[in-house]
Amino acid sequence: MNLSTTLTLPRAKARLGALLFALAIVLAPWLLGHAGGNAWVRTLDFALLYLMLALGLNIVVGYAGLLDMGFIAFYAVGAYLTALLASPHLTSQFAVLAAWFPQGLHVSVWLIVPLAALLAAGFGLLLGAPTLRLRGDYLAIVTLGFGEIIRIFMRNLDRPLNITNGPKGIASVDPVSLFGVNLARTQDLFGLRVPSVYLYYYLFAALALVIVFVCVRLEHSRIGRAWVAVREDEQAASAMGLDTKRLKLLAFAMGAAFGGVSGAMFASFQGFVSPESFSLNESIVVLAMVVLGGMGHIPGVILGCLLLAALPELLRASLGPLQQSLFGQVLVDPEIIRQLIYGLALILAMLYRPAGLWPASRGSQ
Amino acid sequence: MSTPLLQIDQVRKQFGGVAALNGVSLTIAPGHVHGLIGPNGAGKTTFFNVMTGLYTADSGRFMLDGQTYAPTAVHKVAQAGIARTFQNIRLFNSMTVLENVMVGRHVRTRNGVWAALSRHRRAREEERETEAVARHLLDYVGIGQWADSRADALSYGHQRRLEIARALATEPRLLALDEPAAGMNATEKQQLRGLLEKIRDDGRTVLLIEHDVKLVMGVCDRISVLDYGTLIAEGSPQDVRRHPAVIKAYLGGAAHV
Repeated sequence: MNLSTTLTLPRAKARLGALLFALAIVLAPWLLGHAGGNAWVRTLDFALLYLMLALGLNIVVGYAGLLDMGFIAFYAVGAYLTALLASPHLTSQFAVLAAWFPQGLHVSVWLIVPLAALLAAGFGLLLGAPTLRLRGDYLAIVTLGFGEIIRIFMRNLDRPLNITNGPKGIASVDPVSLFGVNLARTQDLFGLRVPSVYLYYYLFAALALVIVFVCVRLEHSRIGRAWVAVREDEQAASAMGLDTKRLKLLAFAMGAAFGGVSGAMFASFQGFVSPESFSLNESIVVLAMVVLGGMGHIPGVILGCLLLAALPELLRASLGPLQQSLFGQVLVDPEIIRQLIYGLALILAMLYRPAGLWPASRGSQ
Repeated sequence: MSTPLLQIDQVRKQFGGVAALNGVSLTIAPGHVHGLIGPNGAGKTTFFNVMTGLYTADSGRFMLDGQTYAPTAVHKVAQAGIARTFQNIRLFNSMTVLENVMVGRHVRTRNGVWAALSRHRRAREEERETEAVARHLLDYVGIGQWADSRADALSYGHQRRLEIARALATEPRLLALDEPAAGMNATEKQQLRGLLEKIRDDGRTVLLIEHDVKLVMGVCDRISVLDYGTLIAEGSPQDVRRHPAVIKAYLGGAAHV
């Protein structure tokens, strides 16, 4: 048998797989946009924002085993930071700032992304430090409270100094502008008309890929092993000399940083932030993505994100016409059935695939 | 006599009104297998937990290799050089056998987040070395061929060996085993004895807490006996076996031997 062909065959296959994967990522918005229009590409953009969030949460819940029910707070931190640093809100409220920045506050995205990551990581430590002794349900309750506290702060920080503009939210957040290309406008690039949602898609996909890379590298490292050890048996882990407190704080900070980046992108993409975007429901959706896909397993998390981000839209688009063709009229509001099916899908998944749809397979049985 | 590897003086630990440890002292010479025995409830496990930092002692002095150490946090004791196993085996079940031992290397390695992301040359070297040491230790305890299985797929006796390999990976100055033979059948006990003798012959110091008198008498160089939170006897296996207080503690009543 020819040894060289047996050795090169899997490598060639892997290379082909990577090529097809790259092609799929590049072509996805064009195929989807062609089939369903820009609204679907927009859904895809949101799926990628959720993916960044879910990958961050996966570090906390999946690797380190810390059940965080208020993860959306870090998304809010990133989003509000961006809204404050790149919108007319602050300069319109504070004359001093307006005098310093006569052109208005327009901080570049290159600065905003690292700042959002850092600030969110700081908030991650703030949440992590007092909760180090808590586990499971108790931690879940405290983190849930933390998420709500952040949201309520954003809602009420409009008096006596108007910082967050309260429930009205902050509008006219600057869109992302990279190398002079404004992502909010349709651009003619290389002879192609590229709509804004496509441009954002490529930005978000690039960021998500960076985050996936970071997660994969961390997972297969000394730190990643230590996180899993803490998750599996905290007492045994500390008996092996692992500083479980530091490891947990690191997980909180790293996860939160990704949440912050995602939030910053959300604010620029949407152009508007308000406290209502950061409700408990959002925390639960992100957690559901991680749990449904497969905790601690990156391909599983990606699958969970795509499914849970696309499913509501798919159902919304199909349930109305389906009833129309079956009964000649829309009997039940598609929105109600959508929630029902969504919940049912989660219950079935937990009953029949408790480890997730695509769980990690470590070692042979 | 050379400086003792472990010297613990006058440890007291009170739970409410009960004195679980009433001034217990223990000295272990380097290279010895030291047994700690006693009837149920004598305070063996409490002593073990105090020594390894799981409980905080009310008073006492702790010296490891001529230096005082404060058993205030479990991970610090492990860093200082005492590695333990658990009476009821505690492995990282969803990880592979190899990964379990690699976690044991954590305290003796340095790779951080940046090393994980960049995988620079030194980081890769350390990672390779971690794996090599772990594989060597698995061979050493005799479960090398199961390196890539999940830890919870191993048989009971092999899980115990894995726990020992994981503890050895921390390069301990003292290996402390909490009832390693508990729940083992005769064959597994025989194999465990072989492994303990091998570990002793390689010059390691071991503290063995054990119920199985045959195993303790066969393997240990010295034995301390606890009863009701006080040390009632210490000496070679032969001495301890004939000690009247020991016989009384184990059989009850006055010693008529």
